[in-house]
Amino acid sequence: MEKQQNMPTNTPAKRRVLGPCSHILVAANTGSWRMERPQVDEEACIRCGICSKYCPTACITVNKEGCPLEFDWHYCKGCGICANECPRQALSMIPEGSGE
Amino acid sequence: MLTYNTQPKGSVSQGINTCQGCMIDVIFRNVLEIMGEDTVLVIPPGCSAQFSGCGPEASVTVPGIQGNLENSAAIAAGIAAGFKYQGNDHTQVVAIAGDGATVDIGLQSLSGAMERNDNILYICYDNEAYMNTGIQGSSSTPLAASTTTTPAGKPVNSKDLMQIVMAHHVPYAASASIANLPDLRKKVKKAKEIKGCRVLHIMSPCPTGWGYKMSKTVEVAREAIQNGAWVLMEYEDGKVKLGKKPSQLGDVEKYFSMQKRFKGVTPEEKDEVGRHLIERYEYLEKLAAL
Repeated sequence: MEKQQNMPTNTPAKRRVLGPCSHILVAANTGSWRMERPQVDEEACIRCGICSKYCPTACITVNKEGCPLEFDWHYCKGCGICANECPRQALSMIPEGSGE
Repeated sequence: MLTYNTQPKGSVSQGINTCQGCMIDVIFRNVLEIMGEDTVLVIPPGCSAQFSGCGPEASVTVPGIQGNLENSAAIAAGIAAGFKYQGNDHTQVVAIAGDGATVDIGLQSLSGAMERNDNILYICYDNEAYMNTGIQGSSSTPLAASTTTTPAGKPVNSKDLMQIVMAHHVPYAASASIANLPDLRKKVKKAKEIKGCRVLHIMSPCPTGWGYKMSKTVEVAREAIQNGAWVLMEYEDGKVKLGKKPSQLGDVEKYFSMQKRFKGVTPEEKDEVGRHLIERYEYLEKLAAL
């Protein structure tokens, strides 16, 4: 069997480890996958927060005052789980690029 | 030391290359939020390997190791034994594996860890096939479900992991579902307080493999609870506790029509599946009454 090579990482020399070591926390731009995006009906939204609990990318922020929902469009994959789970149907999926 | 190229939400970074509509992110986020930063993750290859990282890039802020498919429970047991030797009684060891790495390939190492009662939390997220490698049938695939290795529908029933775990008399085991997040969080919290080998079996429907619209993940999981295809239960100190009784026990009509993997199912097969679900639930009810 081939001997595993000592792969240097950018950590100090005494912490060198065998094998690949993940040491950078990254996030992919999953927002680029989006075909549809959620649109909020601000009057129907009761700010219950169910959408943000079920959002796989945790990209929805629910503010109790002011603007009801904030989306992080860099990460929203456009899966539509938020719109499907909304108890008041306040969210609807519209094609990316349409709307405001 | 971890270099932060992005700000994580909780302990998990936001942009992870899981499919659209996949809820593993939610499982990881909730589990790690409850378990805290003082946790070591053991992750076998599979969809969950997106989290332990690829090359120098990681997606979780807690330390972890990616082992092989067959030995995630053994690695976790080894880490727990090391902590015990060091006198460290606060760090939690959590293994998160898919159904293939639990009921098929990793069953012997999990069985060993449960027998020795190592101080680990083993979480199996169950999407009922080998989804990461191209939807091959696993022993968790239900009766009549079509996969690439069982194109005409699986001819036999799935293994019941909860009963295998219960036969090992572990201190705590529970099944949960992503359709019921408060229940899932309650069970993880309970598992955190208990010492010994704890097993959680969490349903996580797969939009790619099951063939439904990606927005329906939670709806499909909820439907599975309502017809008894997924039973929410707890096993603690030898006592079985069932959740609320399914409202449409054995009625799989709607559940099957939602998914493409049950497209070619005949009415006889549907009756057989429904009968099996009722039988299993009645058996569990008898266990709970003991």
